Amino acid sequence: MGHLMVDARSVRKSYGSNEVLQGISLTVESGEVLCIIGPSGSGKSTFLRCLNHLESINGGRIYVNDELMGYRQSGKVLHEMKPKDIAKQRQAIGMVFQRFNLFPHMTALQNVIEAPIGVGGVNPEEAKQLGLELLAQVGLADKGDHYPSQLSGGQQQRVAIARALAMKPKLMLFDEPTSALDPELVGDVLDVMKGLAKAGMTMIVVTHEMGFAREVADKVVFIDKGQIVEMGSPKQVLDKPQEARTKAFLNKVL
Amino acid sequence: MATTDHTDYGDDVVAVPLRHPSRWIFGGIATVLLLSFIWAVYSAKSIQHEIVAKFLFDPRILQGMLVTIFVTVLCMFIATILATLLAIMKLSENPLQRWLATGFIEFFRGTPLLLQIVFWGYLGIIFPQLVLGVPYTDIVWLSGDTSDLIPALLAGVIALSLNEAAYSAEIVRAGILAVDSGQVEAAKSLGMSGGQTMRRIVLPQAMRVIIPPMGNEFIGMLKNTSLLQVIAVAELYTAASTISSANLAQIELLVVSGFWYLAMTTVLGFPQRALERKFGRGFATVGGRAAPRAFKVGRR
Ligand SMILES: Nc1ncnc2c1ncn2[C@@H]1O[C@H](COP(=O)(O)OP(=O)(O)OP(=O)(O)O)[C@@H](O)[C@H]1O
Ligand SMILES: [Mg+2]
Repeated sequence: MGHLMVDARSVRKSYGSNEVLQGISLTVESGEVLCIIGPSGSGKSTFLRCLNHLESINGGRIYVNDELMGYRQSGKVLHEMKPKDIAKQRQAIGMVFQRFNLFPHMTALQNVIEAPIGVGGVNPEEAKQLGLELLAQVGLADKGDHYPSQLSGGQQQRVAIARALAMKPKLMLFDEPTSALDPELVGDVLDVMKGLAKAGMTMIVVTHEMGFAREVADKVVFIDKGQIVEMGSPKQVLDKPQEARTKAFLNKVL
Repeated sequence: MATTDHTDYGDDVVAVPLRHPSRWIFGGIATVLLLSFIWAVYSAKSIQHEIVAKFLFDPRILQGMLVTIFVTVLCMFIATILATLLAIMKLSENPLQRWLATGFIEFFRGTPLLLQIVFWGYLGIIFPQLVLGVPYTDIVWLSGDTSDLIPALLAGVIALSLNEAAYSAEIVRAGILAVDSGQVEAAKSLGMSGGQTMRRIVLPQAMRVIIPPMGNEFIGMLKNTSLLQVIAVAELYTAASTISSANLAQIELLVVSGFWYLAMTTVLGFPQRALERKFGRGFATVGGRAAPRAFKVGRR
């Protein structure tokens, strides 16, 4: 504890003249779970995508595990990195998407071991061992040779989590991992995430699951219109919000 | 009016699949038409069957067929690789690459194939000498007579490959565009490079969309090789017309070559179906075979 895993400093991002992130600053310590809440279109996904440099930023800095993401600083100039070096940085950051984005032409196990073999250079036998362990960890030990189309949404999302974990990331990003799921499947996915949090994984979770945020988050931040409106412990933000906008949002979702 | 029987017969019931009478009607009509066509050809006075039979397995014809197959496979191989490169270039963020690819595609689609074949075939007349080296210096890596360096067969392969690449590039591009952008994001987020993402994630999924129209292109290529007759490449059609210009049995030799073209295009369907199955794995398909039936099927 105490080591900063994520240090975002006044991050700005625009699409054309639309400034989607207007100076987001936050930190996440190693082992912490941060939940991001906020209305649709407020920039939550965009912020996550900036963290692993799927989007380049227009201002500010992002440090993940003490590394400046996507840029190399020399004096007062930031040089954008080569795609190869950015790819290397992304290996330390796992990401789980709302729509799973599993590779449909590969079985669950192949999905999990694709990156360790192709990117990490792990030998196939070892990778398979690791893949089976991870599938067991997410409760899908017997589904390794199923294609994604043969799995339920909840099972697909758990495979997607196993796939992200296979690169042994130091940080996991979740973008509304349960909002595309039928209500009865949400629990299984959240359980896997709780397990991860308990095991000490550093996580940033965009979610509408207030129960999860209350139970697991160390910190909750409420974002609206590209700005942080309120940040604090789940109790502070969810139970005793200070800002009118936070109150209005919570009234709507609860 | 039909009534519904709710009696529970336990496991003794039999499910009858939906009948498709229209399939039988269409099948019947098609069979009649096909038989009458075969009969018309068979009974035509102008076609001498002994001559057809005699040349069907003539060594020159079979040799020509080998050349046709060789040229088709080689050209499709080269064209597919080029087409993939062109498609990736056309989707690139680099404007120079985009323009180059677009220019290439427009040029080779915009001029008749026959013209391109003649151009490559008679390149020797336009440029009698080919020199590969650094202009305005004495450095020369390769030089010689064009007609020696590019014999007719090579000219034909170049012409057909480049033309085909231009058409196939758009097919490959459509296939790549059909892959969900979330796939690329997922691959990137795992740390995969652009090349790895293309090879391992995007192209295998694009294949599903690419293969059916590429099957078409393959068949088109097989038939287009007959155009190489104009530069005297000894493929199937050239072989047949060489024979018929000597014995004047034009119609019979057309039937012979037509038979073999049809046979070859028919056989091509098999590898195509195998490929479609291979790259269709993991995808639920529409219009494919029915899913395994859950319960007993019988007739009543
Ligand atoms: N590629 C893009 N091009 C242009 N505008 C974009 C792009 N991606 C996102 N935006 C805009 O940025 C804003 C923030 O989008 P973002 O997806 O980050 O919102 P969000 O908070 O994740 O919303 P939701 O809860 O609906 O997922 C939106 O107004 C959206 O229209
Ligand atoms: Mg979002």
